[in-house]
Amino acid sequence: MLLNVGPSHPAMHGVIRLIMELEGEKIHNVEVEIGYLHRAFEKMCETVTYTQCFPYTDRLNYVSPLINNVGFAMTVEKLLGIDIPERAKYIRVLMSEISRVTDHLTCIGASAMELGAMSAFLYMIKAREFLYELVEEITGARLTISYVRIGGVKADLTAGFADRAFQKIADVRKVLIETDELLTHNRIFFDRMKGTGKISAQDAVSHGITGPFLRGSGVAYDVRKANPYLIYDRLDFEVPTGTDGDNLDRYFVRMAEMEQSLRMIEQCLQQIPDGPIAGDLTGEVITAAHMVDSAKMGETEGLLQDQVDLDPTLQGSTRKYSQGINTDRKDVALPPKEETYGNIEGLMNHFKLVMYGHGIHPPVGEAYVPVEGANGELGFYIVSDGRDHPWRVRVHPPCFPIMSALPKLLAGDMMADLIPTFGSVNMIAGELDR
Amino acid sequence: MTPLQRVQEKFQSQIVETHAFRGDETVVVRPGALREIAKFLKEDPQMDFNYLMDLTAVDYLFFAGGRIQKEPRFEVVYHFYSLTHNHRLRVKVPVDEKDPQVDTLTDLWASANWYEREVWDMYGIRFKGHPNLKRILMYEEFKGHALRKDYPFNKRQPLIGPVY
Repeated sequence: MLLNVGPSHPAMHGVIRLIMELEGEKIHNVEVEIGYLHRAFEKMCETVTYTQCFPYTDRLNYVSPLINNVGFAMTVEKLLGIDIPERAKYIRVLMSEISRVTDHLTCIGASAMELGAMSAFLYMIKAREFLYELVEEITGARLTISYVRIGGVKADLTAGFADRAFQKIADVRKVLIETDELLTHNRIFFDRMKGTGKISAQDAVSHGITGPFLRGSGVAYDVRKANPYLIYDRLDFEVPTGTDGDNLDRYFVRMAEMEQSLRMIEQCLQQIPDGPIAGDLTGEVITAAHMVDSAKMGETEGLLQDQVDLDPTLQGSTRKYSQGINTDRKDVALPPKEETYGNIEGLMNHFKLVMYGHGIHPPVGEAYVPVEGANGELGFYIVSDGRDHPWRVRVHPPCFPIMSALPKLLAGDMMADLIPTFGSVNMIAGELDR
Repeated sequence: MTPLQRVQEKFQSQIVETHAFRGDETVVVRPGALREIAKFLKEDPQMDFNYLMDLTAVDYLFFAGGRIQKEPRFEVVYHFYSLTHNHRLRVKVPVDEKDPQVDTLTDLWASANWYEREVWDMYGIRFKGHPNLKRILMYEEFKGHALRKDYPFNKRQPLIGPVY
């Protein structure tokens, strides 16, 4: 019998169509049809400048958008051949790990809900909310954050962030213990996850699968360990693996990874070099309009020492913070706002970076940078032709290879096993279809 | 010896050019030698590239606004990764515009299957020997190949609804 599931189906988080060949209740073969959320990410990136690509990258894996931002920025930085300040590296890792936990929470929560465990889902979304509050505090947004910049990040951490983060981590840990008790010791959940959606390590490698999905099959490949980027080599963490490569193992791997990520966040907060370099900030705090007016009128006495009071959307990017979180290359990073408002050189620098046809010009060449996304290796391959627009942006989405292995995962299982297997794939249509 | 040096040594005559821009070892090979080199990359114990991590293509039509001449027009780009040796290699194959065709690697890496379908969908490059070469992200009725540089980014081809 042929059974069509999707493209719009309550149990399919994301639009995807599965055409299943059934023999009784057994799945004989599956045909996977993707592309329903194709928004031409790669084509659109070719039409805008490097910095303008960031909002598009937010919408790839929308459950952990910060990791996409980091991956894209690192690729452009590799093309440019620049390094970024230590503090910015720590902030990037910190935010990536927060995103990884939110992603895993969503994945496990959603698959538990589809198996009928509604309360586990609500608990996990509650924990995700704690972390989203942290993300919101730093980036000003919850989902479409566009936080990372080429050569640094948009804004520095807020005052007292570390204390609040430790508090939230403790809260998340509590939820993890609660849900662990709810799910791991739950006979129904356990039986439905155990032995379903099996894939061997060899098949997984051949299909190009990475991330928690691969580690569930017992292969300890993690980009953070294999090719440590940013400051991952300074962090102490383990790469949890499973043995059987079934849904249950992947569930355990994700649960263990969340704990590791929380540990990494704590280490980052402890290791992060000191923030705002106070420097010559002796002047008073004045509004942006006031500063621009004084500069125009030539009333520049003491203006270099003044601090600008910015609109909330620009908070954390004043001179006080800017040095610690952005590269000092003037052809890459925007100048601090005091420079832009207060003197002509800063203003020109600003416009040279944002005007059409100017902007960041990486040399002609190509670069590929892999980062560990929540679903596996997230790679950006960018070809530059020496102009301000990327010539080609290719994203290697981690759930694309997993989806290509879906027929193999499902064949031979019962139809009801589709739900836990598809849940553990953690398909994010945004990055799958791009 | 790096993977790039080993490939250079073994397939001297089949290599068009090599570079290691920003540390990414890259080798451009002749289309005819792709399968042979890919097999070597996979099976040689010192290479052991068990991952075909990524496969894509690049269209060099009017590259850099026509200032840089790139012939032929397309390049198919393979990113290999070895789990055992933890090294990477990028292999590129130039593809002519008149008959855009490369050999498939689906029998060597299962991941090539969908990637090659995507390249066919977006660039119209055919993969000889692919078991199921059909569009993957776009719908079957779609005309043209969207990521080619001569396909306007704002062109619309709605399946349903008003046609502009």
